[in-house]
Formats: sequence, structure tokens, C-alpha cells
Amino acid sequence: MATESTNPDQPVIKASQAGGAKTGADARVSGAAAADGTTIKRDSRVLRGVKATGWHLLLLMLSVLVLFPIYMLLLKAISAPLAYLAAGQPLTLVNPEWDVFARAWNGADLSSAMALSALVTLLIVAAQLLTSVLGAYAFAFLEFPFKKLMFVLVVATLLLPIEVTLIANIRTIRDLGWLNSVPGLTLPFVATAFGIFLIRQGFLGIPKDLRDAATLDGYSHMRFLFRVAVPLSKPVIGSFLVISFLGAWNQYVWPRNATDSRSWQTAQIALRTLATERIDELNLAYAGAVIVAIPLILLLIFFQRQMVRGLTAGAVKG
Amino acid sequence: MSDTQPISNPPKRLGQRVREALLGYAFLAPALIAMAAFAYYPLTQLVSLSLHRETRFGTNSVWVGPKQLIDTLTGEDFREGVLHSGLFMVYTVPLGLVLGVLLAVSAHRKLRGIRVYQMIFSSTVATSVAVAAVIFITLVNPVVGYFKDVAWLSLNDPDTALFSVSLSSVWQNLGLTFIVILASLQAIPEELNEAATLDGFSAPRRFFRITVPLISPALMFLAVVLVVQALQAYAQIELLTNGGPGSSTETLLFKIADPRGIRSVGVKASMSIGLFALTAIVAAMQFGLLSKRVHYGD
Repeated sequence: MATESTNPDQPVIKASQAGGAKTGADARVSGAAAADGTTIKRDSRVLRGVKATGWHLLLLMLSVLVLFPIYMLLLKAISAPLAYLAAGQPLTLVNPEWDVFARAWNGADLSSAMALSALVTLLIVAAQLLTSVLGAYAFAFLEFPFKKLMFVLVVATLLLPIEVTLIANIRTIRDLGWLNSVPGLTLPFVATAFGIFLIRQGFLGIPKDLRDAATLDGYSHMRFLFRVAVPLSKPVIGSFLVISFLGAWNQYVWPRNATDSRSWQTAQIALRTLATERIDELNLAYAGAVIVAIPLILLLIFFQRQMVRGLTAGAVKG
Repeated sequence: MSDTQPISNPPKRLGQRVREALLGYAFLAPALIAMAAFAYYPLTQLVSLSLHRETRFGTNSVWVGPKQLIDTLTGEDFREGVLHSGLFMVYTVPLGLVLGVLLAVSAHRKLRGIRVYQMIFSSTVATSVAVAAVIFITLVNPVVGYFKDVAWLSLNDPDTALFSVSLSSVWQNLGLTFIVILASLQAIPEELNEAATLDGFSAPRRFFRITVPLISPALMFLAVVLVVQALQAYAQIELLTNGGPGSSTETLLFKIADPRGIRSVGVKASMSIGLFALTAIVAAMQFGLLSKRVHYGD
């Protein structure tokens, strides 16, 4: 469908591109002329100012659309719940209770849930990094029997996300006695086809000459992996780490089913407890949502480049 | 693409080749073992579970053959789950893409403070599905929501509840769609638009004739991501409606993962096989896209 509509457009683009090459020079000439002619210059500046104001207005409206839900979250977290409702839900604070974040942190086991989530996330990210780098190296640099079959088997697991295998995996974990345990929360996620595939792509970008030179210098595979391949693939690995972190921290369906004890709640599941079990104290859930988002906010601020690259290269995992 | 030649290819002795093969499998072993245990073994388990009928407490299971699987996949409950998952896609994918394009096109220009707008538009990637769902409690909860009296957002009405829930996903995905589309826009050579302007193309014509075709790979890619996310929607449903009113917001995954124990393990396993089939269809589409050399930025 999309290809049909795309194809007729191609000649148009090419035509305008070709035309542009000719007229581009003219534009530069007239632009230079405009810089001398004061009237033209003033007009275009006014017009530019009007346009910029228009764009700012649109951007401000869109910012309100994106930020309004976050504003409501903060507003309702900090306002006293009953007083806020009684005041008819204004857009300003009502009887602010600034200690709500401390109460959310201490109540509902949120602090221990955050600690458990941090541990589980750290373990999953570390394990995925290890299995992905090693697996990617095997596929990129080593020859072994049934290599293509193995590659297909690895990539085909993309068809078996945890949502599909949930019912069976929960039984496995239960039979092993791993409900409410760190192995139960982490082991199903130690390997990812996405990571192997992404890092393999990075490894395949390493020039052949470099591998040959390393072989001549007597580098073992281990040494080549850690001294050459990994350092050269830092951008890809960085992107993968960010995506891996996002996925692990945000998990919901699996920890919801793999735990049934409050002391084994991850941060996302503790949020559910706050939101569903204390209907009279929803401000604690709102404050909890802010707290649970903080690690990702920090990630967005400090690893913006890796995050953008990771999301654009591989939102495949979702 | 997948047939990778070894980077170095000098003639190797047998011992060397054996050692390399052993190293290859040693490197692959952790991933292969994990995938066997948590992807392929459960797949066989799902098939087995769907062929057995089990008492609620899992003490006995009786072989029932494919009857349970067929009954489930042709039954009303499964059909409703697929319908709701499909509606969730219809609500989230087009709206998500349009808003993503609107945000990205607006923020793709030289303007004072544009980085601030870009940061704001990216901000929702810092929310998880559960966090976004709690945020939407403040907006659409029937008792305390800011928009509780807006009829078309009502969580109490079976006709509007699923749409209302889906808006939390639309909002949560704005950051992702914005980032991906903006990256795609930034990859368009500036001369192309300049040339079209000089050729007298109006802004809307430039947009539909140049911008849209050039970002269409990114849009197709995002469409697949959003479809997968719709298939995997769970937390927002549990937190906002818990499947209700009635079963009006029960998507297929919600029916499978629903912890209330309404459905037997055999039925849930049968539904999981149905979800697997839907996932495979989406993946086939995805593979079709990737094999058309979709390239997204970077």
C-alpha cells in the first residue's frame, strides 16, 4: 500500500532535486542582493519573526499536550486528596503535603521494591551484555558446524516473547520453587536475540584488515574480543545497554505473575499495589509514580545520545 | 546479509578448526541454554498444556486431544480478546503516528529554544507502561479523574473504556515516536527541501511529496512497534479498568495473564498459542519490511 503511493513520488523528488541544483545558485545571488537592499531585509525579518512566533505558539500548545498529564500527576500527588476533590479539582495546589514523596518512599515497601528492581535490572543487563557479546562474537568471527541453523534458532526467539510463553514459564519457575526469588525474576531474561543481533551488526562493521593484523600479531580470540572488538563497538553496546535497562526496569507482566508476596514486589508492581489497594490514598500512588520514573529520567538526561540511538536503531524489542 | 564470512580466512589446520568450533559453541552456550529453557521448552509445554485438561489446582491433568485448543480458538472468549486487541491497535497506531509526526515536524527547525521543546517531546520515554497508567488515573479515573465527566473518555462505559485506556499508551509512546521520526527527518538532506521550495512547491506539497515518502520507512517501523505493544498491552488495563466494565477491556493478553483464575491453564495455554500465531504474523510483516532494506538513521 505504502510502496504504491511512494513510487510515483520518486520522479518528483528527483526532478526537484535536479531543478534545485540550478536555481540554488540564483537564490544565493538574490539573498546577497537582499542583504544590501534594506527594505527587503526588514520585510523578511518581520516575516521571519511572525513565523517564529507562530511556531513557538504551536510548539507551546504541543508541549502542554505532552506535559499536562505529568502536571496533573504532580499536582494531585502534592495536593491533599480530599481537599483537592472538594475544591473542585482546580489547576493549582490545594493544601500541599510536601512529605508525600517521603511517605510513598517509606510506605508500601516502595523503597525495598526500588532496591529489588535495581538489583534485578542490574543482573539482567549484566547477563544480557555477557550473553549478547559472546554470542555476537561467535556469529561474527567464528566458524562452527550448524552456524546458520543456530542463528535462525536464536533470531526465531523473537517470536516467543515472555507474553507468549508466560503460562508455561510460570509453571517452570513454580516447579523449581523460584516464585518470589531473584532467579525467578531474572533467569528468563538472561539472553536476548535482539542483543546478539544488534552487537553482531556492530562487530561485522569492524574492518577485515584489523582482524588480519591481530591474527598476525598472534592475538587470541579472547584478546581480540576484549582489546579490539568490544572497544570498537562501544556505541552499539552503549545503545544496547540503554534499551536493555529500559526493558528490565519497566517489566510488568512477568514480575506480576512470578511474585505473590509483597516483599518480592518490583517497583512497577509496588506501584500497582499503591494504585489499587489504597483507593483513599491515591496521592501516594501518584508520588510513587514519580519515584519509579526517576531512574529513567536520569537515564534520559545523562545518556540521551545512547538512548536516541538505541531507540532509533532498535525499538524492535519495544 | 545473514551469510557472514569469517573476517580472516587463512587455510586452517583441522586442530585449529576444531578448537574454533568449540570456542564458538562455548561462546554461544549461555544464550542457547537460556533460550532452550525459557523460549523453546515453554513452547512445547504450551502445546502439551493445551492438549490436557487440568483441574483448577493443577493436581490432575487429563488428555483431551486438540478439542480444547480448537474450542478455545473458535470460542467467544478468544474472539473477544482478539477483537479488543485489534481495537487497541486501531486506537493507538494511527493516532500515535500522526501525533508523532506532528511533534517531530514542529520541532525539526532552527528556532531559539528548540532543544527545550525536543526534550519535552522526548520526555514520555522516561515513563513505563505502569507509570503512564497511574498518570492516567489522575485524568480518567471515574471517581477522581480530572476528565471524569467527559463522556467519550468514560471508563464506566463499555463503549468508551478501551479507547480511554488506549490513550495512556498513545501518550506514553509519544516520546518514542517523536525521537524516531525526528531522527528520520534529520536524515533528510536540507538541499532537497530548499530545492523544492525554489521550484515553487508549497509547504503542504513539500510535506506530502518529499517528507512523507522519505520518513515512510521510519513510520512503517514504528507501526510494527506500536502493533507489537498493542498486542502486549497489560499493565494499563489492569491499573485503569482491570478488564471491565464487564469484559469490555479484556484484550487477548489480559485474558491470558489475568491472575483472577477465571480460565483454566489449558484454556490459557490454548490462547497463548493463538497469541503466538498473531505474533508470528506481525513478525512476518516486520521481516518483510526489514528485507526491503529499511534504514533508520544513524
